[in-house]
Amino acid sequence: MSTRLAQRGRLINTDKAVSFTFNGKHLRGYEGDTLASALLANDQMLVGRSFKYHRPRGVVASGAEEPNGLVNLGQGAAFEPNQRVTTTEVFEGLTATSQNHWPSLEFDVGAINTHLSRFLPAGFYYKMFMYPRSFWKHVYEPIIRKSAGLGKAPKDRDQDTYEHFHAHVDVLIVGGGIAGLAAAQAAGERGARVLLIEQTAHWGGRAAVDRPEIDGMSAQDWVNSTVQALEDMGNVELRLRCMGAGVYDHGYTLAYERLTDHQPDADGPRHRLWRVRAKQIVTATGAIERPLSFAANDLPGVLLASAVRDYAVNFGVSVGDRTVVVTNNDDAYRTAITLQNAGLDVPVIVDARTEVEGDLIDEARALGIRVELGKGIAKVKGGKRVTGIALCAQAGEGAVLEEIDCDCVAMSGGWSPVVHLWSHCGGKLNWDADQVMFRPDPERAPTGGDGEAFVITAGTANGHLFTAEAVSDGWAAGRAAAKAAGHAKRGGQAPMGQDAVEGPISPVWLMPQGASHALRSKAWLDFQNDVKVSDVQLAAQEGFESVEHAKRYTTLGMATDQGKLSNINGLAILSQSLNADIPNVGTTTFRPPYTPISMASIAGVAKDELFQPIRKTPVSDWANANGADNEPVGQWRRPYAYVRAGEDVHAAVNREVKNARENLGLLDASTLGKLIVKGPDAGRFLDMMYTNMMSTLPVGKCRYGLMCTENGFLMDDGVVARMSEDTWLCHTTTGGAERIHGHMEDWLQCEWWDWNVYVANVTEQYAQIAVVGPNARKVLRKLGGMDVSAEALPFMQWRDGKIGDFDARVFRISFSGELSYEIAVPAGQGAVFWDALLEAGAEFGAMPYGTEALHIMRAEKGFIMIGDETDGTVIPQDLNLQWALSKKKEDYLGKRAHGRSHMADPNRWKLVGLMTEDGSVLPDGAYAIASGTNDNGQGNTQGRVTSTYYSPTLEKGIAMGLVHNGPDRMGEVIEFNKVDGSTVKAKIVDPIFYDKEGEKQNV
Amino acid sequence: MLTLRCPYCGVDVDETDLHGEGQAHLKREGPGSSDADFEDYLFMRENPKGVHFERWRHAFGCGKYFHAARCTNTLQVFGTYSAQTLEPPQEIKDTISGARPGWSWGNFK
Amino acid sequence: MSEAISALNGKTAAGEVTVREAGLRGMIILRGDLSNKKLRAVCTELTGMKPPQQGQANCAGDKGLCWMSPDELLVLVPYAEAAQAVVAIDAALAGTHYLAENVSDARAVIFVEGTFCREVIAKLAPVDLHPDTFQPGDFRRTRLGQVAAAFWMRDADTFEVICFRSVAEYAFALLAASAKAGRVGAFPESG
Repeated sequence: MSTRLAQRGRLINTDKAVSFTFNGKHLRGYEGDTLASALLANDQMLVGRSFKYHRPRGVVASGAEEPNGLVNLGQGAAFEPNQRVTTTEVFEGLTATSQNHWPSLEFDVGAINTHLSRFLPAGFYYKMFMYPRSFWKHVYEPIIRKSAGLGKAPKDRDQDTYEHFHAHVDVLIVGGGIAGLAAAQAAGERGARVLLIEQTAHWGGRAAVDRPEIDGMSAQDWVNSTVQALEDMGNVELRLRCMGAGVYDHGYTLAYERLTDHQPDADGPRHRLWRVRAKQIVTATGAIERPLSFAANDLPGVLLASAVRDYAVNFGVSVGDRTVVVTNNDDAYRTAITLQNAGLDVPVIVDARTEVEGDLIDEARALGIRVELGKGIAKVKGGKRVTGIALCAQAGEGAVLEEIDCDCVAMSGGWSPVVHLWSHCGGKLNWDADQVMFRPDPERAPTGGDGEAFVITAGTANGHLFTAEAVSDGWAAGRAAAKAAGHAKRGGQAPMGQDAVEGPISPVWLMPQGASHALRSKAWLDFQNDVKVSDVQLAAQEGFESVEHAKRYTTLGMATDQGKLSNINGLAILSQSLNADIPNVGTTTFRPPYTPISMASIAGVAKDELFQPIRKTPVSDWANANGADNEPVGQWRRPYAYVRAGEDVHAAVNREVKNARENLGLLDASTLGKLIVKGPDAGRFLDMMYTNMMSTLPVGKCRYGLMCTENGFLMDDGVVARMSEDTWLCHTTTGGAERIHGHMEDWLQCEWWDWNVYVANVTEQYAQIAVVGPNARKVLRKLGGMDVSAEALPFMQWRDGKIGDFDARVFRISFSGELSYEIAVPAGQGAVFWDALLEAGAEFGAMPYGTEALHIMRAEKGFIMIGDETDGTVIPQDLNLQWALSKKKEDYLGKRAHGRSHMADPNRWKLVGLMTEDGSVLPDGAYAIASGTNDNGQGNTQGRVTSTYYSPTLEKGIAMGLVHNGPDRMGEVIEFNKVDGSTVKAKIVDPIFYDKEGEKQNV
Repeated sequence: MLTLRCPYCGVDVDETDLHGEGQAHLKREGPGSSDADFEDYLFMRENPKGVHFERWRHAFGCGKYFHAARCTNTLQVFGTYSAQTLEPPQEIKDTISGARPGWSWGNFK
Repeated sequence: MSEAISALNGKTAAGEVTVREAGLRGMIILRGDLSNKKLRAVCTELTGMKPPQQGQANCAGDKGLCWMSPDELLVLVPYAEAAQAVVAIDAALAGTHYLAENVSDARAVIFVEGTFCREVIAKLAPVDLHPDTFQPGDFRRTRLGQVAAAFWMRDADTFEVICFRSVAEYAFALLAASAKAGRVGAFPESG
């Protein structure tokens, strides 16, 4: 059984017990435990079920690479699935539940899949669920969805907060092991601004577990004194529980800091995502031990040798009483020695190598541990837990020589440098055949904006597995990084480490070498995605020879652990199957994040009311307090209608239209863009921007203008007013202000930079209120101030002055067809001005109206709307706006394009009005049916609806649309498709439905 | 994610403060141009793996447009320069020649 | 004239770092040739400050000059003086090519005050705010979260932030949330 040892763990505080639950069971651990170590201390070996076959699974590793130990953590608003037990620190009250089983962890119906595994090989889904096609949606997909997935998605809103932080440093060091600390020391001493991050809660990595000497001290003492020295430097920032998640272009790095995962009651954000810009990055990310591939290597109780050692040394936990060590290298002997010294039984070290020599072997032998050379494990025995192993010759096919009882197997297939961050941004790897590992090629490092390398890898991440070379490599990397970042100070001395003498590793990709199919189909490569040696061999056999193809066919390395344990073993099997060298087969691409990070940390503060900016006008607060039913227009929220008690939104719209036509309507038009264009060349410039002539507009007058892109398509419209000899004010559509401002600046800065024109966006300086209806003049006269008579301020003119107490600029323009004034006042006076209009207008029937009433009234008048009648493919000619295309001007944006053959095609659809025969409202976007079918067998069309409304004024549906030869077909009836499959007939009519002569607006 | 130096502000700007504005050094074709020239101007764009000239706007900053010469493959930036020019300055061309001997792009080399 | 109301009406979120709307402030966009002597003279006359170098702001109290772009300054004056300031600029620069617009009502000014004010801004803006790189006198136009903003330091413990009026609530809420979330501890402590 697994239990707590008498010897104290290095990282736990046995004076402080904490209680937690696993699947409802109350368990105890100590402060400093990970959930993995605490579970093992309670003999909870079984932690989950595998993804595909629902095999019982236990913890394999002790760090970020753990594939099996994934649990649901927390409850309710703190619930989070798929959390690794090896990286979760226990705290008082932690609740965890296991995943991927039904009805319980101990008894799982899905485990039947393991007996069907013969029928569920790699590519099974691709092969099986092809036919019949109709089965996919109703049979296969529902079943697969039900049985797939690890943890459950959270149901409650996340209770925690998150944030980002932008840091700019000279040197970012990822990894706080001995190499990272040495790098920080070297870079810090040189005066560089350094950020050192470590994903775990402790400095020093695994050095203190293996107890080498550095600078004549124990590893732990050296780590302590180095951290102290770094903390004393003002220029080095140290962060624990902060993982380098991804390295991107130009030194951009994401670091994921977990602030309160281990103390959920603490104040402040739960996670912080550091957005780091580093001149140089040192990846001292360590190395990960590889499993060995033998039959039933996935049983609970089979762990990495280093993990067994970590649990014993760091947490005082023995995974088993009798541990068989199986290895192809010397390092695993440390596990046997550690366990034996802790009073546990190591019945045998199974070493696949035939000849070994070294300090560790001598030490193990001196302790009396039996060492079997040239041997392997034929298979592991047991059900939900290891009960023993069958010993065989590594060179054979698995004939059992001896069965040995044990309750733990510690395996080591060698070490793989963590090259993920090095590779994220393009760093390349070399195959080191002597050490049996891929390691970074410093000649092919990721390069930055200056074309120079910006990532340096150090320590075990660089393939230096021994302490002496790891610390000196780390120190050299820190020095080089500081120098590259502009800190070339000399001096200092690299730390000196001392190691035991070790013999060479020997590659072992399958155990035994000639394992039968039966054994190979139980030899796991990828524990999380249930990929076995036989699956990869099948992929190769079926022609998926590229490593990228084999990965996708088998799903090797595609689980949430991204194959940290399985990739190298899998590709070695693939290369053997293809009879190719490992470097020729290559690796799959490492992609960020290194381990999954929370979605919430990516969002940062951008949730709830901060999810996106909502733009408000000076009238928005009043509107929201008075029934506004808002619609988004860009980032603005404009009232669609102001709904009163007892009416629905449609009734409100109809009321607002009728009231504006009969009495007095008020519209908050503040969102319209307002651009000041000034300078000696401003008239000439606007003549290029607009299709019509703006340079000839007299001061004090307004003109409606159209803007086209160089492609000739309509991009914006609005009223332009001439302010003075050299100044114009251009109104844009709501949401068009920034875009049109940028468009104007583009042409001024990049094409006509010798023209003297300045543009300023003054949109938000003004609250602009449209005062609309037969009583519009009455309310303004009542407020007093400037003369707003037809004589003093005729239609399509503007004046500066006072309305009541307010500084006002009054435009006589109308988008409704009624008598209308648009009045701009400084935004700071906007809310009060709105109140004043409502109050003074009360006796004249003043009511606010929203955007839907605005749209209906403009449609009744046949005015086009950018975004309704236009969609980026419509030219002014399509909308019968030829009158706005100046013939006098030699050039304007879009003019050349209008001369292209397709633009001049008489068959283009053109704007008309549409009225249904039954008075109903046409569906928006409906197509008009034409006879015959096209080449694809689809029905032909001859037009489409661009705007459609119920007109309260006409008391029936009205619409505008683009119809083939439309203006020549007045009175003709055409048929439109409806959503329900039926059709509706509509007559082609003039698009001006109301006050065709314009008598009402011009009074 | 790129960092480009705004030639107007003189600061290194994060890509999220910038807006990409497409290929640089287009020659406008207006009324009177041939269909072929106009088509080139409107639609035909370089798509190199290597040296490229682009327009960027310091959208969240000074609002100015500027030019950038960079390698689309390695993301090396050879330099940024004013938008008020018809071709890259000689010093930018020299920098590119140093890093990518024999380069050419459109009519430039 | 009707009394004006600032975008946030003086809203305050007090804490270790306090976020506070500054209230009404006179602001004028001035575009022109920044080397023009008349332009420089009228700017100094209105604010008492020298025209700033690239990337700088010369401000004191309600008055100041901020470098917006190679052809644009932001002229800060007391709110009540803004209209008159535009008149003064118009008079001084008559006959030259320039643009001066009163944008006092188009913006909001927010103070961020307290020992870790640098970190509050650095949570939201992709800018190096380490004391070695950003100091009082420096001026930066960038973004806060998802909106455009500009800021400079009044003193070692105070940032002055400007943003558009329509997004003042959003910007204020961002700053207040970032202040409330507390110190990061990444920058050397001030004062």
